[in-house]
Amino acid sequence: MTTTMIADSPVDLDAEGFLTDHTEWNERIAEAIARENGIEHLTDRHWQVVRFMRERYLATGTAPSIRSLGKESGVPVKELYQLFPKGPAKLAAKIGGVPKPKGCI
Amino acid sequence: MATHLAERPQAAPANRETIEKVAIVISKGSLEGVYPGLIMANGARMEGIEAELFFTFFGLDAIRKDRYANIKVATVGNPGMHLPTWVGALPGFSALATRMMKRQMEKIDIPPIPEFIELVADSGAHLYACKATVDMFGLTMQDFVPQVDDIISVGEFYEKAAGGEIIFT
Repeated sequence: MTTTMIADSPVDLDAEGFLTDHTEWNERIAEAIARENGIEHLTDRHWQVVRFMRERYLATGTAPSIRSLGKESGVPVKELYQLFPKGPAKLAAKIGGVPKPKGCI
Repeated sequence: MATHLAERPQAAPANRETIEKVAIVISKGSLEGVYPGLIMANGARMEGIEAELFFTFFGLDAIRKDRYANIKVATVGNPGMHLPTWVGALPGFSALATRMMKRQMEKIDIPPIPEFIELVADSGAHLYACKATVDMFGLTMQDFVPQVDDIISVGEFYEKAAGGEIIFT
């Protein structure tokens, strides 16, 4: 675990760049992590997925699967992959400041 | 024994090499034959890895309109069932085992096969039917679900798999 400055805030990251403490997160951090992962600008659709991911994690303690992301976030699977080509669940969790999803689906 | 364990080589130091593409062959028509390939394809896409799926022999059942909703667990000739063969052959037993397995899968959020095929296709994986098998069974594109991209030969499969890892299931 390392402490890094992102968008002028100190955050603790794991080896893969996920926040280890979700309370350190804010929207500017989200924008910065997105840019670092090839998403120049977070649109409303990106935010819809990121917020869903974060809220679901905070409410249940687990990140949603790609299946429930596609069914319940309001953004269908095809569009999820257009928004986050390098993996929607993983990237939305990273940008949303919650741990990497652990499930296989 | 302890010395043997101690002598086991340690895991290699963090290797930054990554897999960029997988080509997965699904060759079996049972539930337990189809799921691993679909799970691996979906898992690849979730990691941003390109995925090509090639369905051959009875694996074609997973993309056949008339069969893909009705794929069953093999209860005969399957030592993993830990049951005498004659029990597995009892009428209705395969349907029962299939229902039980599907219920367990739903619990851990694994979709039924038709929904799973749609999921992997929507996630950007490509689905292909094996030409040799298609010819052998006398099938056409009309027999397959709309997510199937094409019927291709094994040579074309290798072209599409070029530069990636091939996984046979």
